[in-house]
Amino acid sequence: MSAEPLEKETHIRPYTMNFGPQHPAAHGVLRLVLELDGEVVERADPHIGLLHRGTEKLIEYKTYTQAVPYFDRLDYVAPMNQEHAFALAVEKLLGIKAPLRAQYIRVLFSELTRILNHILNITTFALDVGAITPALWGFEEREKGMEFYDRVCGARLHANYFRPGGVRWDMPKGLAEDMMEWAEKSIPGVIDDLEDLLTENRIFKQRTVDIGVVNKDDAMDWGFSGPMLRASGVTWDLRKAQPYEVYDRMEFDIPVGSTGDCYARYLVRMEEMRQSIRIMKQCIEQLPEGPVMVDDHKIAPPARAEMKRSMEALIHHFKLFTEGYHVPAGETYAAVEAPKGEFGVYLVSDGTNKPYRCRIRAPGFAHLQALDMQSRGHMLADTVSIIGSMDIVFGEIDR
Amino acid sequence: MSFDYVARSFMLQEILKGMSLTFRYMFRPKVTINYPYEKGPISPRFRGEHALRRYPNGEERCIACKLCEAICPALAITIEAEPREDGSRRTTRYDIDMTKCIYCGLCQEACPVDAIVEGPNFEFATETREELFYNKEKLLENGDRWEAQIAANLAADAPYR
Repeated sequence: MSAEPLEKETHIRPYTMNFGPQHPAAHGVLRLVLELDGEVVERADPHIGLLHRGTEKLIEYKTYTQAVPYFDRLDYVAPMNQEHAFALAVEKLLGIKAPLRAQYIRVLFSELTRILNHILNITTFALDVGAITPALWGFEEREKGMEFYDRVCGARLHANYFRPGGVRWDMPKGLAEDMMEWAEKSIPGVIDDLEDLLTENRIFKQRTVDIGVVNKDDAMDWGFSGPMLRASGVTWDLRKAQPYEVYDRMEFDIPVGSTGDCYARYLVRMEEMRQSIRIMKQCIEQLPEGPVMVDDHKIAPPARAEMKRSMEALIHHFKLFTEGYHVPAGETYAAVEAPKGEFGVYLVSDGTNKPYRCRIRAPGFAHLQALDMQSRGHMLADTVSIIGSMDIVFGEIDR
Repeated sequence: MSFDYVARSFMLQEILKGMSLTFRYMFRPKVTINYPYEKGPISPRFRGEHALRRYPNGEERCIACKLCEAICPALAITIEAEPREDGSRRTTRYDIDMTKCIYCGLCQEACPVDAIVEGPNFEFATETREELFYNKEKLLENGDRWEAQIAANLAADAPYR
């Protein structure tokens, strides 16, 4: 009998596991194919496209007015910021600028949206790593912010409020005072409470410190932007680097992290909320009187009372709501600092009433592609932390 | 590692802090509302279920100009029209597919006679899909039911429109 060697080397192929798309920690419809060596992630392969609605192509068949609601539905946690990018792009091509009051209102609501977005991200991130209470308290505050949305535009999420040339309606009376009260009394306390619960909490820190570290160079190479980039120590914020609207009149700081891990991203977002409150207060204090839409009825529809009285206004009204306005041929790129990072719109116009091409640059897409790099070598549970800290929303990634 | 850090960590300082915060929240007034009986406030601009309005004398407002059909980004509105017996132009068909509608409010912005409006009603869930294909009859019925509130909302928001 020939003796077989007792010790034989066996190769075990990594265990392939499907994560999502129905998993609550997948933040929407993320499907990850994970290759695991025991509990260690060897490769994380995001499969996207489950929420693809063809927004970019749809916009090519809609007039510029009709295209605005589609932007609400990209990153549905921060609707007004995406509208802002589109409005800026169209305004650039048209060669117009929104009136000063409209610019202030835009900045005010962009910052409100940033707070709402960060509350959602931080609380659900905490939920992913095991803390339920922040979500319950944070959502109460989010609800108040959504009421401001409702009062200004009539919808709690899908605003359709920032239009090329200004904002659709003026703020109703009393809204500015209520927002000021909210910014002064209500929200800072809740942010402090969230900080009490999370910042020093040992469980939260164990799940986030030194997880998913991205250094400065990697962050730039992978095209990070927003809090993800700043957490890695890069001082870059479009609101400071290329101030649009009235950001150059505002006094605020850009928080920058140093470690680049999940915890640093949490801290950056916390501080950004406080800075947003500062900007909101300054906006309300400086809010000038005046029109909120450009005074050009070839672009902006006339007021209702005027439309009912004047024949010329009625003709403009009919023209704008059927054919829309023609935008001079050309191409442009406009970007805003959305809560998740640089949200940009690359717009090509061929001189007709519909965009020839509208390419959307979503920050979440760049962040998600770096998931594999970040989670390699970490435990399976750390992947959940990393996804939570990236603040991905599938509306904008799949578009 | 400082003595201070070790002491705080050993005494479970942050856990106690969190617990005391939770305890304080227990004595605050409740923020939840008993939904079907209590509802949150909605603004005069709220964009909910559609309704077709009438003039005070009972005549329907819609004149079939089809602006709403033209502006609708989701192509949810279908209108057919022909002159009525008395010679006035009215719709013979006014359908809204509520499953397609994205509630952007462009139809009510476009309407020159304030006929189609998005009313304050947000509770119109149905059991079947077919029930959400609204026709003219259903929309006019909505208008009759919600007219008081719609008129009040339009009046409240008129200075801004």
